[in-house]
Amino acid sequence: MTQPVLSVRDLRVEFPTRSGTLVAVDGVSLDIAPGEILGVVGESGAGKSMTGMAVLGLLEPPGRIAAGEVRLAGARIDNLDERGLERVRGREIGAIFQDPLTSLNPVLSIGDQLVETIRVHTRCDRRTAREQAVAALTAVGIPAPTTRIDHFPHQFSGGMRQRVVIALALCANPKLVIADEPTTALDVSIQAQITALLKRLCKEHGTAVMLITHDMGVIAETADRVAVMYAGRLAEVGPVLDVIREPRHPYTRGLMGSIPSLRSRVDELVQIDGSMPRLDRMPPGCAFHPRCPDAGPRCARERPDPHPVGTGAVACWLEQGGVNGG
Amino acid sequence: MLAFLVKRTANAALVMLTVAFMAFMIFRFVGDPVEMMLNEQATQAERAELRERLGLNDGFAMQFVRFVTNALQGDFGISYRNQQDVMKLIGERFPATFELVIVATILSLVVGIPLGVITAIHRDSWLSDTLQMTSIVGVSLPSFVVGIVLILIFSITLGVLPAFGRGDVVQLGWWSTGVLTPSGRAALVLPAISLSLFQITLVMRLVRAEMLEVLRTDFIKFARARGLPARLVNFRHALRNCLMPVITMTGMQIGNLIAFALITETVFQWPGMGMLFIQAVTFVDIPVMAAYLVLVSFIFVAINTVVDITYAVVDPRLREDAAR
Repeated sequence: MTQPVLSVRDLRVEFPTRSGTLVAVDGVSLDIAPGEILGVVGESGAGKSMTGMAVLGLLEPPGRIAAGEVRLAGARIDNLDERGLERVRGREIGAIFQDPLTSLNPVLSIGDQLVETIRVHTRCDRRTAREQAVAALTAVGIPAPTTRIDHFPHQFSGGMRQRVVIALALCANPKLVIADEPTTALDVSIQAQITALLKRLCKEHGTAVMLITHDMGVIAETADRVAVMYAGRLAEVGPVLDVIREPRHPYTRGLMGSIPSLRSRVDELVQIDGSMPRLDRMPPGCAFHPRCPDAGPRCARERPDPHPVGTGAVACWLEQGGVNGG
Repeated sequence: MLAFLVKRTANAALVMLTVAFMAFMIFRFVGDPVEMMLNEQATQAERAELRERLGLNDGFAMQFVRFVTNALQGDFGISYRNQQDVMKLIGERFPATFELVIVATILSLVVGIPLGVITAIHRDSWLSDTLQMTSIVGVSLPSFVVGIVLILIFSITLGVLPAFGRGDVVQLGWWSTGVLTPSGRAALVLPAISLSLFQITLVMRLVRAEMLEVLRTDFIKFARARGLPARLVNFRHALRNCLMPVITMTGMQIGNLIAFALITETVFQWPGMGMLFIQAVTFVDIPVMAAYLVLVSFIFVAINTVVDITYAVVDPRLREDAAR
């Protein structure tokens, strides 16, 4: 197997607060191969964005990486100082955020923002950078890029702005892009376009993607593999088709059951009762057991770790010797 | 953009007309100018003749129109006290005040903006806390106290800077400037510091508050995520978004500074418009007071207009809206 472009091992993200330490991400391990699209799916607060921010070194204080390591093409990046991180961000790891309306600086033209980013990473002169910027805008499908380059963010629609954001994220040819809910803030009709664009560009450049979303549909269309997160932990990882066809973790099954299908007629969609536990009220054992239809006594006592099953890995006692033992 | 300019200028003109009206009313309500201009022995014929010459027998509206027309040409009449052309008196004093205020403004921006950025970036460091504390002291000290303390330290104890006056001035046409001579520059230091101290703390606190706000936004996070160096993120992306309120405040404060300069000028015996005004008040020299009022208002209004237009230049969104 080739060396993964990103390797996260036992990542733990903590937020020290006055009333105790909150653990937002707990023992997460992920690998992303070069050119691979890994979907990270989960409810709000499941720790998927936190994982992405931790990789970028952009956790908001007082949030911090408390344990584990992040390796980019084999080299550790979680212990870099701000200077070192500046060299990684943009150049090695690009980022796309949720809201294109607020991601761009309103007082600088998109050309200024592109040229500046390109020049920081490639040390070329202004004219070359501008040519590259026009090329980048063309690549993301902005019409008339030579005039549009001098326009300001407010002169673009939401979908066009997200295209600009993608151009900015990819302009230094990073090995990996962390796309945090890149389509959530957009109209449904635009979502598919943006997803397809992102997928096409990354395939062309061999860029790996960590696609963070709560939309299972986007994952199914786009990702090669999927990681399901629940309450800051990994529930299940595997190739996207296998996970969709044969989800092994009860939470994943619940997620799949809640997606309407065009082919099979169902009268009622399955829903998972209850809600995800708050970070300061984490139950002992498996975090999902209070909502789990298959939970046994062991689930409330011991916490399951992801365990290789078939083509992926699952953190559930059902797959590791039963829910009653232990 | 053009429609915006026209609208803004028309606004300014209306405000100036109102101010001119108020200045004009001073003439009518603060006693009879003829009484003040002639001595007690003047005959009735002389009074009538002066009254006719000043146009005081004309209707109210006619007189106002004449006042505005004259004011537009820079003619505010003759000072009661020293029988000189008012505009000439102010023209002699204006450069002194203007240089003082401009130097104080530049000082407050040059010192205040970096301090604001630094205290915002290193939010919880001892340096930031110390600066914050100092700035509270700076805000609460009255400028005459600051002036006197500065004189005590630098002029009396250390003897390095002059305590009063403007030093040697050079005439550039009608403009007398102190910045071209060493003694003029030395004389400018203490009054400028004393005048700008309050401004520095104001600018610093404003920039700090704005920076803290802007640093939380998504576009700053995205700029950092693109690997832009901290210097670029802080000073180009963040600071630029903070400048709007700073420009507004600086603009408004220039008007305030001219008013504050009155106190500073008195402490440092600075021969500016403030001193002229104080003297005019003591002698009920109405033409000088009226001219001062109109001129200071004009500066206020002009600055505000320029500030509004500058907005449109700094913030492209405003430019669009105005054009629509």
